[in-house]
Amino acid sequence: MSVAKPTPHDAALLHVTGAARYVDDTPMPANTLHLAFGMSDVAHGTITSINLDAVKAADGVVKVLVADDLPAENDVSPSAHDEPLLATGSVHYIGQPIFCVIATSHLAARKAARLGQIEITEKTAILTIDDALAADSKFEGPITFLKGEPEDALARFNADQTVNGSFELGGQEHFYLEGQAALAQPQDNGDMVVQSSTQHPSEIQHKVAQALGKPFHAVRVEIRRMGGGFGGKESQGNALAIACAVSAKLTGRPCKMRYDRDDDMIITGKRHDFRLTYTAAFDETGKVQALIMHQYARCGWGLDLSIPVADRAMLHADNAYNLPHARIISHRLKTNTQSATAYRGFGGPQGMVPIERVMDHIAHKLGFDPLDVRRVNFYENGQTTPYHMTINDSVITPLVAELRKTSDYDARYSAIQKDHADHPDNILKRGIALTPVKFGISFTLTHLNQAGALVHIYSDGSVQLNHGGTEMGQGLFTKVAQVAATTLGIPLDQVKITATDTGKVPNTSATAASSGADLNGMAVKNACDTLKTRIAEFLAPKYDCKAEDVCFAEGQLIFGKDSIPFKDAISLAYQNRISLSATGFYATPKIQWDRMAGRGRPFFYFAYGAAVTEVVIDTLSGEYRILRTDLLHDAGKSLNPALDIGQIEGGYVQGAGWLTTEELIWDDRGSLRTHAPSTYKIPACSDRPQVFNVALFENENVENTIYKSKAVGEPPFMLGISAWVALSHAISGCSATGEYPAINAPATPEEVLKTITRLKGESW
Amino acid sequence: MSIEFLLNGEITTISGAPSTRTLLDYLRETRGLTGTKEGCNEGDCGACTVMVSDGAGHHAMNACILFLPQLHGKSVRTVEGVATDNTPHPVQAAMIEKHGSQCGFCTPGFIMSMTTSHANDATDHDTQLAGNLCRCTGYAPIIRAAEAAEKTAKPDWLVEDANALAALKAKAIHPQSSDELATWYAANPDGTLIGGATDVGLWVTKKLATLDNVCFISQIDDMRGIETAKDGMRIGACVTMTELRNAIAPLHPDFAEMLRRFASTQIRNAATIGGNIANGSPIGDGPPALIALGARLTLRKGNTRREILLQDFFVDYGKQDRAAGEFVESIFIPTQEDRLKCYKLTKRFDQDISAVLGCFNIHIKAGKVACCAIAYGGMAATPKRAAHVEAALLGKPWTKETISAALSAFAQDFTPMSDMRASREYRLKATQNMLQRYFLEDTQNAPRVLETTP
Repeated sequence: MSVAKPTPHDAALLHVTGAARYVDDTPMPANTLHLAFGMSDVAHGTITSINLDAVKAADGVVKVLVADDLPAENDVSPSAHDEPLLATGSVHYIGQPIFCVIATSHLAARKAARLGQIEITEKTAILTIDDALAADSKFEGPITFLKGEPEDALARFNADQTVNGSFELGGQEHFYLEGQAALAQPQDNGDMVVQSSTQHPSEIQHKVAQALGKPFHAVRVEIRRMGGGFGGKESQGNALAIACAVSAKLTGRPCKMRYDRDDDMIITGKRHDFRLTYTAAFDETGKVQALIMHQYARCGWGLDLSIPVADRAMLHADNAYNLPHARIISHRLKTNTQSATAYRGFGGPQGMVPIERVMDHIAHKLGFDPLDVRRVNFYENGQTTPYHMTINDSVITPLVAELRKTSDYDARYSAIQKDHADHPDNILKRGIALTPVKFGISFTLTHLNQAGALVHIYSDGSVQLNHGGTEMGQGLFTKVAQVAATTLGIPLDQVKITATDTGKVPNTSATAASSGADLNGMAVKNACDTLKTRIAEFLAPKYDCKAEDVCFAEGQLIFGKDSIPFKDAISLAYQNRISLSATGFYATPKIQWDRMAGRGRPFFYFAYGAAVTEVVIDTLSGEYRILRTDLLHDAGKSLNPALDIGQIEGGYVQGAGWLTTEELIWDDRGSLRTHAPSTYKIPACSDRPQVFNVALFENENVENTIYKSKAVGEPPFMLGISAWVALSHAISGCSATGEYPAINAPATPEEVLKTITRLKGESW
Repeated sequence: MSIEFLLNGEITTISGAPSTRTLLDYLRETRGLTGTKEGCNEGDCGACTVMVSDGAGHHAMNACILFLPQLHGKSVRTVEGVATDNTPHPVQAAMIEKHGSQCGFCTPGFIMSMTTSHANDATDHDTQLAGNLCRCTGYAPIIRAAEAAEKTAKPDWLVEDANALAALKAKAIHPQSSDELATWYAANPDGTLIGGATDVGLWVTKKLATLDNVCFISQIDDMRGIETAKDGMRIGACVTMTELRNAIAPLHPDFAEMLRRFASTQIRNAATIGGNIANGSPIGDGPPALIALGARLTLRKGNTRREILLQDFFVDYGKQDRAAGEFVESIFIPTQEDRLKCYKLTKRFDQDISAVLGCFNIHIKAGKVACCAIAYGGMAATPKRAAHVEAALLGKPWTKETISAALSAFAQDFTPMSDMRASREYRLKATQNMLQRYFLEDTQNAPRVLETTP
């Protein structure tokens, strides 16, 4: 059986030999043209003139497009039709594309794109959360989830039994190693074939068709693999694909576009940064009695996916904790910066960090081990969330109990506490934290929870597999092939995995929300089951056997005592005119959600996990290292333990990076100053924990998911929160007065030293 | 100019390419070797890493900022050229077995850094791989793979390349000597000298500059030497940061440890100390350490040489004491007792440009500060000594009280700026704390974060 085996990634050999092709590696037709955008260098203003004479005269330039040159819709937005491909009349952030150069080479296009003379009358730019609040600049809301009577409940507690605070939580650049890229090739009748590095081929298809003024059937989009996505290729590839398709239509030649890394970081959206404020009341055991939390999301200039991102932040304001009375208020602020977008966790991480802050703050105030406060607040099955969904699959209590033991948390916490008390003058201080994760699985826009598949069995018994999910490194194709191999009872190498293609499976959802294996695995299984039924119904009577009793296993069809090789069965079926191609479909059951009312069951189930991180800080410089990390994560009955552990390890490091060294800085003009890896620092090799223990929690999904597995793409990202909380613990060892550290995120070395300086009562 | 080198074992001759054509563009666009990836086009992500071999050994380098003339007479291996027939290289096999690739885009670069380490028997994997970014795996499985491949058999092509390289006899490209360079530069004072191209490369790939009149100097043998004499060490301007790190390690180990964190392995294999000084950056990491050691610079114009203190070379932002047509020929570090400590402050330990680099060289005699040199990068428009702090220390007893009293002098020496790397407040505070750290390390053996184990 292929499922549950730690099979390597299907493309591993191609990866290590450089043979794996990405969009930019595809051999191009000889006459291919290359594109680059000319961008706004003003955050907000009115365009008064566009002089492109020098651009047009530059070497290699074939054509230059402005908004008026576009043949049909001028829009790249995945939601509200509010993001033109090329600016019309006004500009809304620094980096907004204004014109598009079509040239004979990538370099010629880039060079020419810098020669535009754009005059813009500047308007007041709204850049920060404070700016947006002052100007009441917002997309929606505020939106509220309400459970119980939090105001009344809070009023029953005095100052000793409440904590409150406010902190900033920074955004995050995806830094997929492969930048955005697309290639469009014109076809007969103005049809278009597009290769796009995208998590959402159907949306690329739709947006390209609208930009060409064509029905969806005129556009086919294909993607074999991405060099990383992390949410950054859910909607942010639209502009390139549309620009290529429109340019291909206007020139009649293939057109390719890839962003230079700096352009990529300047143009595309990132994780939303948030400000969080909280007031929480608790009893003498640390159990939360009431919570009021405000979430201020900086959404940037366009709507993009900010509504569901902000919703998901609200949906994770509880994390793994029961909140008897809660009011969660979400503010969706509009600013003249890049339009913030999907990023692994999709608002969930931003929702989860503040409740972990609350738990930590309560423990500090009570003088308790923060783990004890967390534990008394963990959900028990039967309790309800702030959005009135009943929890029935929680394993957080046993999971944390196991991790507490395997990580030797108690002894390590006590040793650090003693060290803080006994050696207040030590320059280096350690900190440790255990934080849990409970992450909801399903798209909160319920209708997106569907998937299709197409499975062919060729007459030699080889199988070709297609589904709507995309491969961005997570190993989805491997997992889904394992599902097909297991369902058909054949070896994995008999299954060919092919590029995602809107011509094969239509109307797909983005590969997002950790849903890839759940949805597409089920759809593939459904297609395979259809094929099995057809074959079994044909062959069973010949062996005096019921169709439902035919077993497909180990490359055989088994009819009680008799068996024949799968290959022979297929040959027979073909000769007897049995269809050997089937589609499959899956729609997630049981879910329903009213987002405006904040009520329902948005999630089919939850994935759980927990992390212990120990850090050391230098109290003279604020520098730190992660010394040891222990992770225990619930992937249900894992489809592939090796790939799942890869997601868990990688997710943790990416999450820890978000909260530590990854800092986005805009200047007073709204210009992003950290737009290359020279200034934006994702974790490097030596930033991973020195000791890194990762294990899967023994569990199976209580819901009927694909082979009882659980989604694993996003949830482990939030295990990284433990690194941030551990830093706070280390800093608390410097507190002369017992003041709570109250750090912001990211906790860069500067943020750490600044906090230490404040706690010591020194000037900054 | 005609460029001759070995590419995956085959002799390759390129004529008529622009001097600033990068190896990456050549591989991908001209040769269709698309295994080597463009991740950032500025030498910061390592996705374009290739292995360059020459008489001095095997070097991982970033193809995105490597100009074709720099390869003349060398051997290049790309990810397509490391397997033997259908047998993967041991690091490739280990990467598959340990699940070291996810999206696979950074993987070719990792494979080439790992292949180079394997060829060099280097097992300090975190340092070897500091210049390769991966966003998917969290690095742990990659390190497991690197460890698993240690001590496995080396591929035959290493020897084959060495033999082919010896037989190549590439025609010399000029200049070949400092004399030739002096003549050329005197005649072309507006020309651009290119050593490792780790800075000039970005003028081309990011500023999109067209450089017409360039001179490649990294293969000038008489500027690549390190001579040790009784009174000190003379380092040729074309010595790479890797070579400098190795040479300085026995004399001033903390300088070498700072250089371990200077950019990345790939960059250090290309970058030269002469370039690090001559470009005049206020945040170059070489100058503060060298200034603290009292290094002297030999500048040459035509046949005229002059020697100045390195600290006097930096006049103002973008302005150095260097005449048109004059170049840095060598650097001299006087012999001395090792009292040097270097504190490189960054957001990320590895491969990050310093927010502040503080270098301290304080000598104590009879419990008093006998002489001291404290130099900083990132605190002013140039690398600069903390003259007021030095004055506050000189002749004073080497005590906590002296240190405390000297701290306020930093504000007289420096008014740093705020940028994306650090605020002025952080820079000043951290700068003061560095002096405290030096004292505590000297008197109490105070530990460092990077030396801490679980």
